[in-house]
Amino acid sequence: MKNLKIIIFAMITYMFSILSASANTIKVGVLHSLSGTMAISETTLKDTVLMMVEEQNKKGGLLGKKLEAVVVDPASDWPLFAEKTRELIEVHNVDVIFGCWTSVSRKSVLPVIEELNGLLFYPVQYEGEESSKNVFYTGAAPNQQAIPAVNYFMEELGVERWVLAGTDYVYPRTTNKILKEYLISKGVAEEDIMVNYTPFGHSDWQTIVADIKAFGSAGKKTGVISTINGDANVPFYKELGNVGIDATDIPVVAFSVGEEELAGLDTGPLVGHLAAWNYFMSADSEYNESFISAWHEFTGDSKRVTNDPMEATVIGFNMWAKAVEIAGTTVVDEVRPSMYGLTVPNLTGGTAVMNTNHHLTKPVLIGEILDDGQFEIVYETPAGVIGDAWTDFLPESSNLVADWTSPISCGNYNIKTGKCSGQNY
Amino acid sequence: MNIFVKLMICVSVVLSLINISYANNLDDILSALQKAKFSEKEDLLSQIADIKSNRSLIILQHIESGNLYYTKNEKITVYAEKIDKNYKITDILTGNNLGQVKKNKIKRISLNNKLRKHVRVLIAKASLVSEDKNIRINAAKTIFESSSFELLPLIDRSLVNEKNKSVIKELYKTQARLYLLSGDKLLINKSLEYLVKTTDPGVISVVNQFVEKNKNENNFKLEVSKAIELINKINSNIKFYKLLENLFFGLSLGSVLFIAAVGLAITFGVMGVINMAHGEMIMIGAYTTYVTQLIFPSFIEYSLFIALPFSFLIAGFMGVLIERLIIRHLYGRPLETLLATFGISLFLQQLVRSIFSPINMPVSTPQWMSGMIEIHPALSLSFGRLYILAFSIMIFIFLLVLLKKSHFGIEVRAVMQNRSMARSMGIKTNWVDSLTFGLGSGIAGIAGVALSQITNVGPNLGQSYIIDCFMVVVFGGVGNLWGTLSGAFILGIGNKFLEPYSGAVLAKIITLIFLILFIQKRPKGMFALKGRAAEINQ
Repeated sequence: MKNLKIIIFAMITYMFSILSASANTIKVGVLHSLSGTMAISETTLKDTVLMMVEEQNKKGGLLGKKLEAVVVDPASDWPLFAEKTRELIEVHNVDVIFGCWTSVSRKSVLPVIEELNGLLFYPVQYEGEESSKNVFYTGAAPNQQAIPAVNYFMEELGVERWVLAGTDYVYPRTTNKILKEYLISKGVAEEDIMVNYTPFGHSDWQTIVADIKAFGSAGKKTGVISTINGDANVPFYKELGNVGIDATDIPVVAFSVGEEELAGLDTGPLVGHLAAWNYFMSADSEYNESFISAWHEFTGDSKRVTNDPMEATVIGFNMWAKAVEIAGTTVVDEVRPSMYGLTVPNLTGGTAVMNTNHHLTKPVLIGEILDDGQFEIVYETPAGVIGDAWTDFLPESSNLVADWTSPISCGNYNIKTGKCSGQNY
Repeated sequence: MNIFVKLMICVSVVLSLINISYANNLDDILSALQKAKFSEKEDLLSQIADIKSNRSLIILQHIESGNLYYTKNEKITVYAEKIDKNYKITDILTGNNLGQVKKNKIKRISLNNKLRKHVRVLIAKASLVSEDKNIRINAAKTIFESSSFELLPLIDRSLVNEKNKSVIKELYKTQARLYLLSGDKLLINKSLEYLVKTTDPGVISVVNQFVEKNKNENNFKLEVSKAIELINKINSNIKFYKLLENLFFGLSLGSVLFIAAVGLAITFGVMGVINMAHGEMIMIGAYTTYVTQLIFPSFIEYSLFIALPFSFLIAGFMGVLIERLIIRHLYGRPLETLLATFGISLFLQQLVRSIFSPINMPVSTPQWMSGMIEIHPALSLSFGRLYILAFSIMIFIFLLVLLKKSHFGIEVRAVMQNRSMARSMGIKTNWVDSLTFGLGSGIAGIAGVALSQITNVGPNLGQSYIIDCFMVVVFGGVGNLWGTLSGAFILGIGNKFLEPYSGAVLAKIITLIFLILFIQKRPKGMFALKGRAAEINQ
């Protein structure tokens, strides 16, 4: 009997100690795949968040509390993203989540994060057409990546004939739909646009590359806009090199190829092909240099590269930390309003601003691939570009705006009818 | 005597003065180049080319290949060569060795696409007088693509002096191409008359350019229609080569499918084991290639040959291990085997992720595997694909001989045809099973070496091939090498002939539907085992 009392007492004190410990830390959820097909890209972002947490703790944490990262593995399984989000918020009581890579994983998280009123920072470039109250999009919207790249091709390189090549899923399909409308609005004829889709992980590019070569021999300067995703890029570029398509003949600009993707590749034959991002590792700024050396120190590998989604994660993290300090609490409904108008420095120099549509204002860079797998920045927009949640180039979204401050407080407000669709995202 | 010496001194002084002024001039241009924006560089590069000396040509070549840097502190323009982690730098003007520095001490003099093209034309201009005929041919080709009309007199002059036939041919083509830009009726007609004799598809692009530019000008109506006729003629001429090219694409896809699938055909055919971990054996082979290149960085050219036996042994050993530990206990239960091997495949993938990181690993392509062989201007075949095609045939012959002629092969076939009969004849079917599984996995490992040259070496490598492998094996007929070979090539060629019409996504779907219908008609594939043996095995 006495023993039992002691045991119960011990259990109670133990539970209290857990509770008090959890009350003394701010929990940061990390929702990136560590296994499965997307692990290749997402593991890096997990490491980035962990590094940011560590650095913040070195500075003394937030609101006098230490930060504590809670890492879960949704294993590249889209429904599992929703379940893990629920687990993070309900079981682990996290105050913020950094996570997701593919659009389909974000779409799967949306209903849960809105139901539980959580906070998600999404750090990858995506197709737009979305603005959720509970999500901040720190990656590029189409007008911060695709449109400036097309403009560069048109104005600087004089491209008149366009190949839109992509992997067959939602991001390339939406982006290409927007780009096609945009090109036609710029006076490009329908027969000067070739759209091509390939399955995920496509590895035999011989026919398509031969087609592109033939399409490019029509006497007009031809360029390729590539939304080819992930692993399929390496065989695509290898085939381009094989048949000797040089960047000076037919340049290719990619939206999903960064330093990390090129790390698995002999880039000799790719010199001069382009990519459009908001960040390149080669950007010349002090903040970038110190970030890279911190990254090398954190990973213990002086060859690890940095990339654009990492910068988006860093910006998101810094903004959230700043907003928490302003709000003086981690309660979502108070952190969210203090995010609007916040500015934090970009790694490339300059500042990023959070807008009321939950998208960032940041500069767009265009880089050419160098033989060491890095990019030479050949163009930078003179000022920051405001992320547009709803594109102006599709008839069904041109009337929609997102603004999460009153009086609109809506993610898809129709300026013609003056109505909010009621749908949350 | 005295006068002669004085004269000598005079001449040498003058010469050195000229030299110095060149050097000074170059120095000024180079330091301007360090600070210049992309828009200002074009002019500076032309200025370098205008100084007609060997040094300026060398400088341009270094800029083109991206080896020209300047030191951040002293602003000296240097040629940099990467040695391990540092860069060995040499002053480009004096040729003095400045030792080794870290990457962050120097900055590259960079180009963009437009400038790179410009520099290439400048280099081509200077190298039209080169000793080497290949350099002269390449120079003519570069000018052909450049559309710089102002170079026409230079081409004319080279044509007068040129002796070599193949260079003359190239120069004529370039001349005709530049005539097209002249806007002079006589020259344009002359050019079209010449170009109509060529069957080079490279001409199509420039003639199209001419048509595009002049189609609305009444002045050139006749010439435009002539040009369109010319394009149509070349297009119909190269039709046959396009067909050949497509056939080659199909063969090469077929050879890749065959290499990937043949190991599976052995395990699936002989043992009836549905091995979902087959793709991971391929992955192990590919990673073995990566590790070989990592261990012998100075033998990249031979790394594939070194990797072949290793990948066979390692993957084969893994195969035997899996068979002994797991599959042996599950014979006769196909569903459990399928689940178990699927589990193994996930396990191996995650193992690779933990050992090598989830990021793709760079595997270099040896020099002898890159490049193309030009059979006709309209038909070039890439060496890499040709070698893989030949390699797949070699594997096929090796396996055929092994199974038909060797003692082990006879045992394998005996077990395949009638397991219990073979056992009563004294064959240790247990061991035959293990070794067959090892052989199948080892061949998959070899496939990994070949695939490392054409696709990503990453944890997902196996997954992307496993479905195709099963398709080939099921289509070809279980347990028959000839079936696997013809299955792979028919699927490969069929896919490539469908793709131009239907697109890659639909081509894959159509192939699958065809396969389903085919299996309805012939459930055992193209080459089914016949006779009593086959029925007993069921």
